[in-house]
Amino acid sequence: MSAVTTDAPNTTRPQAGPVVTAKGLTRHYEVGGGLFGKPKTVRALSELDFELTPGRTLAVVGESGCGKSTLARVVTLIEEPTRGDLSIDGTKATPDAWKSLRSKVQIVFQDPYGSLNPRQRIGQILMEPLLINRPQMPAAEREEKAREMLRLVGLRPEHFDRYPHMFSGGQRQRVAIGRALMLEPEVLVLDEPVSALDVSIQSSVLNLLIDLQERMQLAYLFISHDLSVVRHVADDVTVMYLGRAVETGPKDMIFDNPQHPYTKALLSATPRADPEAGKERIKLQGELPSPLAVPPGCAFAPRCWKAQDKCRAARPLLDGATQKSACFFPEGDGTASPEAPKS
Amino acid sequence: MDHALSEEVETQVEKRPGRLREFWFYFRENRGAVFGFWVFVAFVFIAATAPWIAPHDPTEQFRQYTLLPPVWQEGGSWTFPLGTDPLGRDMLSRLLNGARYSFFVGIVVVVVAASGGILIGLLAGFSPKWLDAIIMRLMDIILAFPSLLLALVLVAILGPSLINAMIAIAIVLQPHYVRLTRASVIGELNKDYVTSARVAGAGLWRLMFVTVLPNCLAPIIVQAALSFSTAILDAAALGFLGMGAQPPTPEWGTMLAEAREFILRAWWVVTLPGLAILITVLAINLMGDGLRDALDPKLKRS
Repeated sequence: MSAVTTDAPNTTRPQAGPVVTAKGLTRHYEVGGGLFGKPKTVRALSELDFELTPGRTLAVVGESGCGKSTLARVVTLIEEPTRGDLSIDGTKATPDAWKSLRSKVQIVFQDPYGSLNPRQRIGQILMEPLLINRPQMPAAEREEKAREMLRLVGLRPEHFDRYPHMFSGGQRQRVAIGRALMLEPEVLVLDEPVSALDVSIQSSVLNLLIDLQERMQLAYLFISHDLSVVRHVADDVTVMYLGRAVETGPKDMIFDNPQHPYTKALLSATPRADPEAGKERIKLQGELPSPLAVPPGCAFAPRCWKAQDKCRAARPLLDGATQKSACFFPEGDGTASPEAPKS
Repeated sequence: MDHALSEEVETQVEKRPGRLREFWFYFRENRGAVFGFWVFVAFVFIAATAPWIAPHDPTEQFRQYTLLPPVWQEGGSWTFPLGTDPLGRDMLSRLLNGARYSFFVGIVVVVVAASGGILIGLLAGFSPKWLDAIIMRLMDIILAFPSLLLALVLVAILGPSLINAMIAIAIVLQPHYVRLTRASVIGELNKDYVTSARVAGAGLWRLMFVTVLPNCLAPIIVQAALSFSTAILDAAALGFLGMGAQPPTPEWGTMLAEAREFILRAWWVVTLPGLAILITVLAINLMGDGLRDALDPKLKRS
């Protein structure tokens, strides 16, 4: 029915292969130093491997400061990775290729109040990506597409000429999603897209996202700290701790049978609407270590209740078949899982 | 649910006044600002129509009527309502025409200083750390000079004339714009809408002028209004020191300087230009304060 859906990648491209492949993706920042001091290195993201497939959602979870947003910035080509390879649609994403890859990857931000330019009307916001990337497109067609998109994300035609401050958070997030989809991208990075919204609005925005994914065969990189949201939308899950993936695998396996102690602790902290399923809340000791001074060995060791000398000396690597975890002493099969009823 | 939400937005929109109306609503709350605004309007009107409303030519000398007092004093005459100066020129006509020069100085200085300052500020805000540091230290150096002294030095180099005085004042005022623009640019650059414009592929120029600059304008407008008065004041000061407009130009500062020696014998030749400067500058400052209150989103209640 629309230009957007008929041009959708599912008609033109086989669905099999991954659209984004990342190998050993690393991003370090140099901070401080000033005139006299030595600059320090923040290891925001270290050696991350993942693939994004059309029509599937990879959820990245972890607490604040674990590198989730850095990952979003690297994948959306805002920042260059320090090391590692990122290829989008078979093209290596080096800064020279950024310009041509721009329209393949788009992003939706967490805060719908900061992500829309307060001086632009909704129509202008939606048309801007086309204006920049397809300058030869006639203005009438541009407007046509923007109005189409407005309908697709569940807003009404009269919203076209309004300013962002006239909208509620959920509506703004719909505008932000619409803007991200204007270029018909193949990958959408969702940086905590619903965590700033009311719970009642969250589900409608999530359903819109799921609906759009089915319709346009989008690959989602869904960044979140809300595990109940992740459970709702994800196909695969990667758990991050201090810039590294500690566990990765299909959603069901991760949720039902977490291997890494950190994943287990994270899951045990999720509220569950079932008072009968008695659960043990694992309380982690201490704070997230500073990414300026990542502990040697396993980064989680200082807070882990199972840590041994080995954990503090050597860093475990991601290991496993479909569900991989980076731990020397992974949790047992189901027996120790918080899903299992405790007596 | 969403439909209901849209409905709610609808009613809000209808109640929400237009941008100009809203601005006036907040501006009106500050009485001083409204007073300043009307005085400024009168000033602009006088500046625009001075040659037609002035009773005499500002440089015409009526030799038989030198140092005539204003009309309400003994010896005053309705031919020269505010008296005459030592050369027999009509004070009222000179003051009215002086408004033209002051307005001209204000406009030119603000336009030159603001456009230059905004450009450099944008550049500093967007540029890498080292270039930013160089630009800002340069601005700090300009700011470290007493502004009038620096303007004097510049005029001394360029030669005394009104145009050169304006150039000097513009250079002196411009660092304020640079700092202000840079600060707001850096504040805005961290916001997500800038990042999303980047992700959409916006180039540097588009980011600077289309995405970021319109969101930085509020403090710059206030600064422009306030530096309008500073420019008038500095131009008058330079004129008073003989470095600005040259006689017989009826510029207020120059008029003050010419009449200095008559301060005891004929108060009006000194007081009236001084009052003109005072009222204009005060009115513009009051208006600028109101402008700041009305444009600052943090002070808004809705």
